[in-house]
Amino acid sequence: MTAVGPSVEPRGLPRFAMRANAWLVYLFFYAPIILLVVFSFSDDRLVGRWGGFTMRWYGEFANNSQVQQSLWVSVRVAVVSTLVAVVLGTLAALALVRFRFFGKKVFDALLYLPVIIPDVTMAVMMLLFFTRFFDVLDDTFGLQLTKGFGSIVVSHIAFNISFVSIVVRARLEGMDETLEEAAVDLYATPWQSFRHVTFPQILPGIAGGALLALTLSLDDVVISQFVAGPGSTTLPVFVFGLIRRGVTPMINAVSVVMLVASVTLVLLSLLVQRSRDAADETG
Amino acid sequence: MTAVVDPVSQTTGPVASPDVERQAAKERRRRGFLLALPAYAYLLFFFALPLVAVAVFSFATRNRFGGVDLAEWNLDSYRRLGDDIVFDILLRSFGLALLTTVICLVLAYPFAYFIATRSETVRNIMLVFVLIPFWTNFLVRNYAWRLLLGNDGPVSQVSQFLGLGEVRILFTPLAVVIGLVYSFLPFMILPLYAAIERIDWRLVEASRDLYATGRQAMTKVVFPLSLPGVIAGSILVFVPSLGAYVTPEILGGAKTTLLGSYIVSQFLTARNWPAGAALSMVLLTVMLTTTVIYFRSGGRNL
Repeated sequence: MTAVGPSVEPRGLPRFAMRANAWLVYLFFYAPIILLVVFSFSDDRLVGRWGGFTMRWYGEFANNSQVQQSLWVSVRVAVVSTLVAVVLGTLAALALVRFRFFGKKVFDALLYLPVIIPDVTMAVMMLLFFTRFFDVLDDTFGLQLTKGFGSIVVSHIAFNISFVSIVVRARLEGMDETLEEAAVDLYATPWQSFRHVTFPQILPGIAGGALLALTLSLDDVVISQFVAGPGSTTLPVFVFGLIRRGVTPMINAVSVVMLVASVTLVLLSLLVQRSRDAADETG
Repeated sequence: MTAVVDPVSQTTGPVASPDVERQAAKERRRRGFLLALPAYAYLLFFFALPLVAVAVFSFATRNRFGGVDLAEWNLDSYRRLGDDIVFDILLRSFGLALLTTVICLVLAYPFAYFIATRSETVRNIMLVFVLIPFWTNFLVRNYAWRLLLGNDGPVSQVSQFLGLGEVRILFTPLAVVIGLVYSFLPFMILPLYAAIERIDWRLVEASRDLYATGRQAMTKVVFPLSLPGVIAGSILVFVPSLGAYVTPEILGGAKTTLLGSYIVSQFLTARNWPAGAALSMVLLTVMLTTTVIYFRSGGRNL
């Protein structure tokens, strides 16, 4: 990095405009979120009007069994899909960074696609796939399956593998390969060198990837909506349905809970990243 | 470093025959393949195969019962893209996605430039405050605008208070564009920031030394150097905007159906799966084309 000299800073009106723009962008980012939180405590039947402080929408949220049920589905989907995606994604990252093998380029492209594919396209893909797949299973084995928890998890794993592998890969690429070579020179088996040298170093990457996967899984509406079955809806799908039928103050409260969950995950992953940078500086 | 070590190991270490080396290389390939295999197999079965399924369905025919006949392949679903209704939706979607991309670029460029030219501490803090909304629940962020723009919502109240009258933006294309910009602005800021941050500022100083005005330095040095970021950001905003479903459903009206919503309706309500599959292929084609353009123009992995 070269030092930023004084000649890169505009003067006069452009300078003022640039600063004003920066503040406006932040205002644009945060004002809606903050107002949503404020109005979730508003005692008024209309969602965007202040009618004094109340906690009753949170009470309604806590007593709504459908919300509770879909929340539980969401949490289970997120945890299971993250666990599987972390294992598969980490292995994929190791293979891509450390080895050459048959079909590597195709694999690389295949891993990249789920990241950039539009939600709707992936949702359509999974819907068609499961419909056909279940038909085939029924015809050949007499196995009757329906869409639900399983199909949601399978779909979430499919996009989470890619995100985990990208994060772990970045970490592996920044790692000093000579340490692994040293371990092998000192007669470590490949497993030992992975267990004691590689793994501790990529652990922050794995943790970051896992937090990202959790966030994405809890965020998804479109894909889950397509592959959900009766009785197994995730929270975002349920809330999305509620919003389309008409907004109620309870949705404000549910939204704030989802907001807190995702901000917590972001802050955690930033913290993981920070500890990783600190480790790099001392190590 | 290796140049120093190599001669030593060659003279003292056991001399590896080409055969042994080939064996070792083969072994490494096998190990690499085995490591990749679980994810590889998973994505082939649960991602590539579904992708093929969409392609197959887009050539199929919808039968009388709302089901799908896969036997007779034809291009009917693609011919429907020329129908007035579908064509209007495609045009509107491309227009709104383009508008969203331009607005994001105009807002994000000075913003990213500003961050990239701060000191490291300030820069990190500013970036964190971009990342938080970036990873905040997508549905919730769109819902927040539904609340803000509602007829009795805060925006309207402020405007009435100022004597500007009621604001009726909700359920219009404007509301959709606001929602899309809000959703995807970080996708523009982050690649732009990465591109501008990498610029060698000595080039800018050199241009100033050669009597370039500030504006000339900006348009002839900084902007061309940041072009990969501009292209990457534009793709990352344009593609998801084009396929957006949640935002137009929450903020848009019945008259402003967009591509994403239309595809969904073909599957969940109209039950014309081949038509929906064909439209998904359009989205996929746009995505692949823009990605190829990005990599051809010298872009790196995002």
